[in-house]
Amino acid sequence: MQLAVPLAALVTFGIHFLLSKNAPPLEAHSYRLLFLEIVGVSIVLAVAQIFWTALRKWMRHMWPIFTAAILLIGFWDMITAGFRLLPLPYFPGPAAVLRSLISDRGLLFDSTWHSLVLLLSGYTLGVIVGLVSGVCIGWSSSVRYWGMPLLKVVGPIPATAWIPLAMVVSPSAFVSAAGLVALAVWFPVTMLTASGISNTRASYLDVARTLGAGRGYLIFRVAIPAAVPNIFIGLFMGLGASFLTLVVAESIGVKSGLGWYVSWAQGWAEYGKVFAALIIMAGFFSTLMTLLFKVRDRLLVWQKGIIKW
Amino acid sequence: MVALAENESSSLRVQQVSKSFPVPDDPLARRQALSNISLSIAPGELVSLVGPSGCGKSTLLRLIAGLDTPDSGELLIGPDPINEPSAERGLVFQDPNLFPWLTVRRNIEAGLVARRVLREKRNEVGEFMQVVGLEAFADAYPHHLSGGMAQRVALARALINHPKVLLLDEPLGALDAFTRMRMQDEVLRLWENRRTTMLLVTHDIDEAIYMSDRIMIMTQRPGRIDREIGINLVRPRDRTGESFLSLRSQILEHLHLAGKGIDVSV
Repeated sequence: MQLAVPLAALVTFGIHFLLSKNAPPLEAHSYRLLFLEIVGVSIVLAVAQIFWTALRKWMRHMWPIFTAAILLIGFWDMITAGFRLLPLPYFPGPAAVLRSLISDRGLLFDSTWHSLVLLLSGYTLGVIVGLVSGVCIGWSSSVRYWGMPLLKVVGPIPATAWIPLAMVVSPSAFVSAAGLVALAVWFPVTMLTASGISNTRASYLDVARTLGAGRGYLIFRVAIPAAVPNIFIGLFMGLGASFLTLVVAESIGVKSGLGWYVSWAQGWAEYGKVFAALIIMAGFFSTLMTLLFKVRDRLLVWQKGIIKW
Repeated sequence: MVALAENESSSLRVQQVSKSFPVPDDPLARRQALSNISLSIAPGELVSLVGPSGCGKSTLLRLIAGLDTPDSGELLIGPDPINEPSAERGLVFQDPNLFPWLTVRRNIEAGLVARRVLREKRNEVGEFMQVVGLEAFADAYPHHLSGGMAQRVALARALINHPKVLLLDEPLGALDAFTRMRMQDEVLRLWENRRTTMLLVTHDIDEAIYMSDRIMIMTQRPGRIDREIGINLVRPRDRTGESFLSLRSQILEHLHLAGKGIDVSV
């Protein structure tokens, strides 16, 4: 069982070795190195887990998924580079994608960095504005009267639909893209925060008032904590919307970032690079999601045992 | 332990108070919940309010807490009229309503934080946790507590403000019979040590007789005080003693008349 991962790696590499004999030597070389590394690391781990219980537990849990992932790469290799079942150059094999990842790492790193900066500035701005407007709308009925119709009319417009306008209005492509990301985040955060605040259990507020609470306490120590589970749903929805907006904004207006890289590589018909950028995006976005999950678990530790996530 | 609250400023008077609510389906109609109700409670007295469900007991308690305002009439603590909620009138509900995002300790501190006196009075937090026997659970979150423990936290949270009057809205109603009797003794112990004026709303006639100095029986809609019965038994009271049982049947009989056979928990 512990040897399933290295075995799968050998199978996958064997597929490559047998089927894609005429692959460019550089591609084959880095692909071979990768799989030798996987085989080596997994054998070392298989030995280490004999002495290390925590690692054993983790590997027991993870080995099927790793094995499947590696075999899936073998399958991909087989239908692309092997039997040429999918049209080239749109579907390069894993060895070609790996080669693109390595050869273009400088630009890819740069693009990821730019995307990160843009995403975080837009997201942070959207979250701050969204929290403030959400709390105001949720707490004060007069703000709700004026704010809610605006939110309901303007909010559902996809942020990407503003691109033509944003490019005219703002001084730089970066500012307009960050603004669009912020707009995409602002709507779900505002909506969920407002509903969380206005649905605070009345009895919590009653209790707080009989304990001598003023308005500040009621808002910041009762309504907002009570709304935090809701707020996090908004933060997750906003994060998803921000990825979408980021990629579209980058591929249209901004001349950097992963979205730009994808459309640039596509322009040169270098689909190996397109896939390489997609793989980076997958890692990039899921890392941010995971980080947000971690923040939530920390903040909502009091829910542990009440709610199954 | 804690300064006694027994002085003239902790008396409670309700004078000719009426309260009605709009009827949900009919915008013009209003349902009379309380009609010209008057009562007064001496400082340090423990009074129970019993009556059929829907007679306006909880409405009266909310008015005294200041969470609602009466249509007419006046409510006074000592010489001061009640206009808004205040830390001097603590309220404990049937549902403990602990803040689920705060630990036991932070729940008990809530009143001090709300009044911005936590720094000066932090030492009292430990004292109150001890009073209700929850030191071991200081860092637990409310959903880990049993019903009885949660209600003790709610009591400590209300008491840490040293309220002049403690309003109890069926605080033990959701507990099992055994826990409930233990908690009755516990509340009595708190009251005997502190002599906080207490007004207890309850469905449980035994509880009312066991605990209070005086029982007020309310009638069905619109709510009025129908009858008052002083309980002059020596504490701790014997729940099976002859005078206890005769009081009980006397109240039951009255409630059946007052409530026209409406269910009364026995």
